[in-house]
Amino acid sequence: MSLGVFRRGIMLFDQILQYVLSGISTGAIYALIGIGFSIIYNATGIINFAQGEFVMLGGMFTLFFLETAKLPIWAAAPTAILASTVIGLLFERLAIRPLKHPTPINLVIITIGGSILIRGLSMLVWGKDTHSLPPFSGENPIHIYGATILPQHLWIICITAVIIVLNKFYFYHTISGKAMRACSYNRRAAGLVGIDVRRMVLFSFIISSGMGAVAGIIVAPLTMTAYDVGVMLGLKGFCAAILGGMSSGITTVVGGLILGVLESLGAGLISSGYKDAIAFIILLLILFVRPQGLFGKADSERV
Amino acid sequence: MKSELIKFLFFSTIILLIPFVIGDGYLLNVMVFVGIHTMLAVALNLLLGYAGQISLGHAGFFGMGAYLSAILTTTYGFNPWFVMPAAAVIVGTLAFIIGLPILKLKGHYLAMATLGLGIIFYITFNESVEMTGGPSGFSSIPNLKIGSFVFDSDLKNYYLIWLFTLIIVLLAVNLASSRIGRALRAVHDSEVAARVAGVNSRLLKVQIFAMSAVVSSIAGSLYAHTMTFISPASFGFNFSVELLTMVVIGGLASVYGSFLGAALLTLLPEFLRAAHDYDIIIYGALLVVMVMFMPGGLVRGIPDLYRKIILRKGAVDNA
Repeated sequence: MSLGVFRRGIMLFDQILQYVLSGISTGAIYALIGIGFSIIYNATGIINFAQGEFVMLGGMFTLFFLETAKLPIWAAAPTAILASTVIGLLFERLAIRPLKHPTPINLVIITIGGSILIRGLSMLVWGKDTHSLPPFSGENPIHIYGATILPQHLWIICITAVIIVLNKFYFYHTISGKAMRACSYNRRAAGLVGIDVRRMVLFSFIISSGMGAVAGIIVAPLTMTAYDVGVMLGLKGFCAAILGGMSSGITTVVGGLILGVLESLGAGLISSGYKDAIAFIILLLILFVRPQGLFGKADSERV
Repeated sequence: MKSELIKFLFFSTIILLIPFVIGDGYLLNVMVFVGIHTMLAVALNLLLGYAGQISLGHAGFFGMGAYLSAILTTTYGFNPWFVMPAAAVIVGTLAFIIGLPILKLKGHYLAMATLGLGIIFYITFNESVEMTGGPSGFSSIPNLKIGSFVFDSDLKNYYLIWLFTLIIVLLAVNLASSRIGRALRAVHDSEVAARVAGVNSRLLKVQIFAMSAVVSSIAGSLYAHTMTFISPASFGFNFSVELLTMVVIGGLASVYGSFLGAALLTLLPEFLRAAHDYDIIIYGALLVVMVMFMPGGLVRGIPDLYRKIILRKGAVDNA
């Protein structure tokens, strides 16, 4: 009797461990996308609703370079990142910079328009099929206590960690990173001390489209990719960023991990159909209680 | 006020006469949709254009109205004319309750929260299969009828829908030029200034949010009864974006602009049938181009363009 209860307890524990582990790797993806959102937001005050499309572009470009151009994965992935970055650069140059009246609503609308456009063009070029990307290193599961994870999960966690470290290095130890931080504190003051603010805006788009593409590439072997995967991934990334208080640092990572784990637990223990709803219910609840995000500082409004 | 009345009468007359011009064909069916979309765009415009509060979840309220009408009339056999206002009250109350915390948020946060709300609605329509029929949809919803007069043809539905739409247009025009309309515009320009001037901005925002949800719900009920079939795909994030596009393309804070936007975005895909799957690209491009070159929407952009061309012509003549 007591042994039965004990065994059931162990099984539940294994199950939860499994959900937490897979939640951490999806959470890492959300974190990467969320940091992309935050970088642009901090440099420009824009929420780039097209951020998810760069995630999609990362996966789709990799597939394209693998299958059509017959490149090996170590060459295809960087080329795909480069290609997505070029699209990000073009997007900033052609749609954001020429905007004459950059009110928040206009910016929301133009980035939504841009995202529809990128998605539509991808559908035109690559069709509507769902594709899978081969995993980076085999599919033999790794056992951790009662749970198993795939090598791809490890890739995701490691690559995300590396990117976060590089990100930190860039923002705190390079001139252009410091200049970008200056822009996020006060754009006008940054301009006055000789920082080319428009170039920083361009940089922020380049960096975050690149990061989005990385996220798209490392997640594609697990979840498949298609022209329309960017919407949901983008929104989840945005959730992570909002939970983290729109910071490009560790709080957004924590936000992403919390979101990923809660979503994975909710999908496993409550209902898998409502998996996507869970993320947004968490988001709404947090915004109701703390409108400035889980880790964000409340800022006073200047009139 | 008088000029507003004349404008409205002129608009109504055109709407009244359209079936005589285009006949009882496929195009009339499309015009029924233009009516429903106009209702929705006007509702969203009250919120976005006048009060300056964005919503990316209005398709959810539209869907709630449609599903409440479908389920209560088809599954439970209630009278559609009774269900429609009841659904509107339910949706309105829900929007009011959700609006209280949501509309404290600003800008991007508000956009995200309303978007999340819309997605939660959409997933619920999809997942509560035993009630809504899930992704495969809900069919055989009864047509509306008065006595033995059933609204079962495009022509009948055209006049039914447009009667509702015109009433809503009239109410919206009236509201916009009333004390409330001025208060809304004050909130739009500067919420703090409006509060200082004695406007209860917090309540006002929630009220206008609930009101636009009520109108969306009525549009949803009418949609369900004219289509007799609904499925979650019509109420997703894409449709919320489409509504936003209508409002922006037509012109913020312009009731007739919303009609222009709704008409353009509903008719355009019909004329682009050849480019069936690619209409989404055209949407995206249209959205970007409009914000870049005509930020005031069609309603302000066309007169501007006209003036520019006339002026340039005048300049050439002088030379």
